[in-house]
Amino acid sequence: MTDVKVEIKAKMIPIYIMGKKYEVPETLTIMKAIEYAGYKYIRGCGCRGGVCGACSTVYRKPGSYKIMSGLACQTVVEPEMHLTQIPFYPALRSSYILEELTGKPEEVFELYPELFRCVACNACTKVCPMDVEVMDYIAALKRGDIKAAAEISFDCIQCGLCASRCMGELPQYHIAQLARRLNGRYLTPEAEHLKTMVANIESGRYQESINGLKAMDIDMLKETYQSREMEPATAGEDWTPKENIGL
Amino acid sequence: MKISYYPGCTLKTKAKNLEASALACLDLLGVEYEELPRWNCCGAVYSLSDDDLIHLIAPVRDLIRVQEQGFDTVLTLCSMCYNTLARANDLMKNDEVKRGTINDFMDEEPDYKGEVKVVHFLDFIRDEIGWDKLKNSLKNPLEGMKLAPYYGCTLLRPENVSIDKSNSPVVFEECMEALGAEIVKFPGAVECCGSYQVLGNPEAALKVSHNIISDAVAHGAEAMVLTCPLCDYNLGHRQEEMLKKYDDAGALPIFYFTQLMAVALGADPKLCYLELNQNISREYLKGKNLLEEVSA
Repeated sequence: MTDVKVEIKAKMIPIYIMGKKYEVPETLTIMKAIEYAGYKYIRGCGCRGGVCGACSTVYRKPGSYKIMSGLACQTVVEPEMHLTQIPFYPALRSSYILEELTGKPEEVFELYPELFRCVACNACTKVCPMDVEVMDYIAALKRGDIKAAAEISFDCIQCGLCASRCMGELPQYHIAQLARRLNGRYLTPEAEHLKTMVANIESGRYQESINGLKAMDIDMLKETYQSREMEPATAGEDWTPKENIGL
Repeated sequence: MKISYYPGCTLKTKAKNLEASALACLDLLGVEYEELPRWNCCGAVYSLSDDDLIHLIAPVRDLIRVQEQGFDTVLTLCSMCYNTLARANDLMKNDEVKRGTINDFMDEEPDYKGEVKVVHFLDFIRDEIGWDKLKNSLKNPLEGMKLAPYYGCTLLRPENVSIDKSNSPVVFEECMEALGAEIVKFPGAVECCGSYQVLGNPEAALKVSHNIISDAVAHGAEAMVLTCPLCDYNLGHRQEEMLKKYDDAGALPIFYFTQLMAVALGADPKLCYLELNQNISREYLKGKNLLEEVSA
C-alpha cells in the first residue's frame, strides 16, 4: 500500500461572529467555524447532533433584513453572514409539582397566564429551527387542548428561540413542556404491559440473571452478548423471542 | 350543504354547552360542517385604535385558513368571535392600505382581500335553513315558555356587521318563535351586559347586568336566551352575587339559544351540557317536562 496524500483546500469565506469578521472554510458548520475562529466552547455546544437545543443561532445574510435561525451544529456557514449564538434564553419557567396537578386546561392558564398575550403573529413558528408549528400549539392551549399542544410540540428541543422573538413575551417552550408532562401523566392511558414489567422487576424475577452477569469476566460477558438472540432483519410483526423472559 | 365552522376558544372549555348543543342542531337539520383546521383565537375583542393592526392578525389568519380549507363561508357561534372576525373581514375588504400592511406582515400566508363571508348561527339558520324548515323539524316545541331573547352588543353593532337591522332586530325573536316559544320583548335586549368590565370594574358590570335581568323579569320573561359566553357569565353566573347585592333582584333561568333549539329538535339532552348552566335553568326545563333528570 502506498500513502496517497490528498490536499483538500476549502475555499475561505468571510463571516461575522458577534460583529467581528473571520475567514473560515466554506464547508464548516457554524459551530465548527466558531471553533475554527478560535473560540472554545465551555457551554452551549451540547450534543453536536441537532437534537439538544443548546446551540441555537440567529443570523442574517447580506442584502436582507430577515433574521434567520438555525442550530450552529447543523447549519453550514455562508459568505458574509452575521451571526451570534443564543445558547440560553432567560424566559420565565413557572414552578409546579406535577403530582399536584390534574391535567385541566385551567392549570396551564394559571401557571402561564401570558398565554393569552399571543396575537398570532407567528414569529415563533418562523424562527423555530425544528420547524415546530409553535403558534399552532399556543392556539391549541388557549382553547384548552393540552393533547394537541403536546403532539404539535413533540419535536421541540427547548432552545428558546420562539420566546426570543415573541412580542407577547410568552415562554412557549416551557408552556409546551408543561403540556407534554400533563399529557403524559394525566391524558394518556397507562400502558398495561409496563405495569406488568415493573411488577416483574419488583418481584425479583431478574435478580438471578443480573447476579449471573455480575459474576462473569469480560470475555464471558462479550460472548454472552454476541450470542444473544436478536430479531432477524426480515422478521415479521409477529416475531417474538424464543426466551420470552420479559413478560 | 357543507360549511366551515369556527368554534372559538371559550366554546372548547367554559361554554361546551353552547358548542355541543349547536352542533347537535346542525346534525338534526342536516347541515354538514367541518371544523376549521389550525384555527387560532379570533382576537376576542376588535381593537378600537385605528392604527392597531397587530390585533387584526389573528382574525385575518383564521379567515385565510377558511380559504385554505376550501370554503367561502365560515359559521360562528360565539357573538364575540362573530364580531371580531366579521369586522376584520370588513376591513380587509374595504381598506386597501391596511390590507396591504397586514398582507405584507403575514408574508408566510397567501394575500387576503376579504373574500370569505362570516355568518353567525342565527342568520345562518334564517338565510340557509329558513324558519319553516326549522318549524317542521320540531320534536318538542317550546310551547308555554315565555322567553326573552337577549342580543347584547356584538351581533348588532357596529352596523356594518349587524346580522339584522341594528336598531330594530327581529331575527332572534323569529328564531325562538319558530321553536314554539312565546316571545317577551324588552328594551334591555340590546343593552350591554357589562362585558369585560367584569374584570376592571365588576360592580359596574353587575349593575348593568342587574338592569337587564330586572327588565326581562318585569316584562314577564320566565327565562332568557342568549348567544355569547361572556353575556352568559355576566347575566347567568353572576346572578347569585346580583341577588345578594340588590333587594329587588329576581332570579332568571338563562340558556344558550342553541340549548333550547336542541331540546326542541329532540337532541340527546346530554349534548346540551345543562350541568354548566345555573340550577334554576335545569329546574325550569324540568318544570316544563323537557328535562327528565337533573344531571348535576
